Amino acid sequence: MRQQGSSGTGDAYREDQPPYLYPDYVATRLRAPKKPLIILPKTLSDTTGPAYGRGPIGELDNDLTRQHSGEPLGERIIVTGRVLDGDGRPVRNSLIEIWQANAAGRYTHRLDRHPAPLDPNFSGAGRCLTDDEGRYRFVTVKPGAYPWKNHENAWRPAHIHLSLFGEAFRSRLITQMYFPGDPLFEYDPIFQSVRDEKARRRMISAFDLETTQPEWALGYRFDIVLEGRNAIPMENHK
Amino acid sequence: MSPEITPSQTIGPFFHDALLDEDRSELVPPDHPEAVRIEGALYDGAGEPVPDAMVEIWQASAAGRYNDLPPDPGIFSGFGRSGTDAGGRFSFVTVKPGPVHGPDGSLHAPHVMVSIFARGLLKRLITRIYFPDEEQANANDPVLSSIEDPKLRVTLIAREEGAVLRFDVYLQGEDQTAFFEFSDQ
Repeated sequence: MRQQGSSGTGDAYREDQPPYLYPDYVATRLRAPKKPLIILPKTLSDTTGPAYGRGPIGELDNDLTRQHSGEPLGERIIVTGRVLDGDGRPVRNSLIEIWQANAAGRYTHRLDRHPAPLDPNFSGAGRCLTDDEGRYRFVTVKPGAYPWKNHENAWRPAHIHLSLFGEAFRSRLITQMYFPGDPLFEYDPIFQSVRDEKARRRMISAFDLETTQPEWALGYRFDIVLEGRNAIPMENHK
Repeated sequence: MSPEITPSQTIGPFFHDALLDEDRSELVPPDHPEAVRIEGALYDGAGEPVPDAMVEIWQASAAGRYNDLPPDPGIFSGFGRSGTDAGGRFSFVTVKPGPVHGPDGSLHAPHVMVSIFARGLLKRLITRIYFPDEEQANANDPVLSSIEDPKLRVTLIAREEGAVLRFDVYLQGEDQTAFFEFSDQ
């Protein structure tokens, strides 16, 4: 439902994005705003964006398996795809930052208390720029599932976090990439918070034999579509 | 025809090594003659500080232009990023942006765009920081004016507190900060 006038309820009407309040994901209960969102007209403040979000990128920053003296344990994978804007144009020369758990489902983060082993050869953070066709490529290991305290026996499906800028403040996106066929999807409130099934599927990477390198690594393809400058946000017409 | 936008998901609690490995909270050096320090804290619906958030800002230069890179690149990009500490606190050192023209020629009062990411936020929150010494421009600002509830409107204007500008963010409750969604117009 959407209110008339300058303020919308701004939330549940768009089923291709998660709402702020999704009570099954317990942390939303005290963090989701409850007052109507204010509708912000298009201005230069949001149709422009930072050309670049950080200092120089190292040559090996997109290879999470070569940041230490040895190789990390786990299933070596290649994750690649294209970043497009809402009009289908490639998003060029744009920063992507990723982070993930190791193959055992453990983050290097000091607050991760999951009793699974840390891997001295895996930090789980990477970054790269898209090329002229909007393509990016990471080499990493497949992250493990891990438990969290949201509800009894709660486990997150394996995922890689991605942060993207795109061309404008509007197109800024932080999301998670999942792996095909994960049995934990139906139990995960973060994945399920996107109510439209087709939209949920857009968060799942596809196994790709062409990307897979013989005798070396499995390939997964994950294309990302950002809000474009001229994109018309889809309202729920169904 | 409709673009198939990739859905947002929460930043989660474990982003620090990837996103906050470099300090991007100073858009200009603190000794810059026009440096402005913005400080604030983030609070949840129980009034508790939010210690695991990331706040990003995007703003025009003092001349009111975006991506207005000076000859010396890297000094001012208009973009900043800060984590929050155990007290929910974040901070930026920047310059006050100039006023910016809207597409219809209207003049927007000086403001800073803000994105807030955190565990428990399935998508970012978007807000704006306005400046307390711009009473006239703020009164004429089309975005501020579109907010009917004066109590909500005033949450977007930073407060002068000694040498700093204070901008606290309340995610919920009576004092909730005004948050935005984008229109396609």
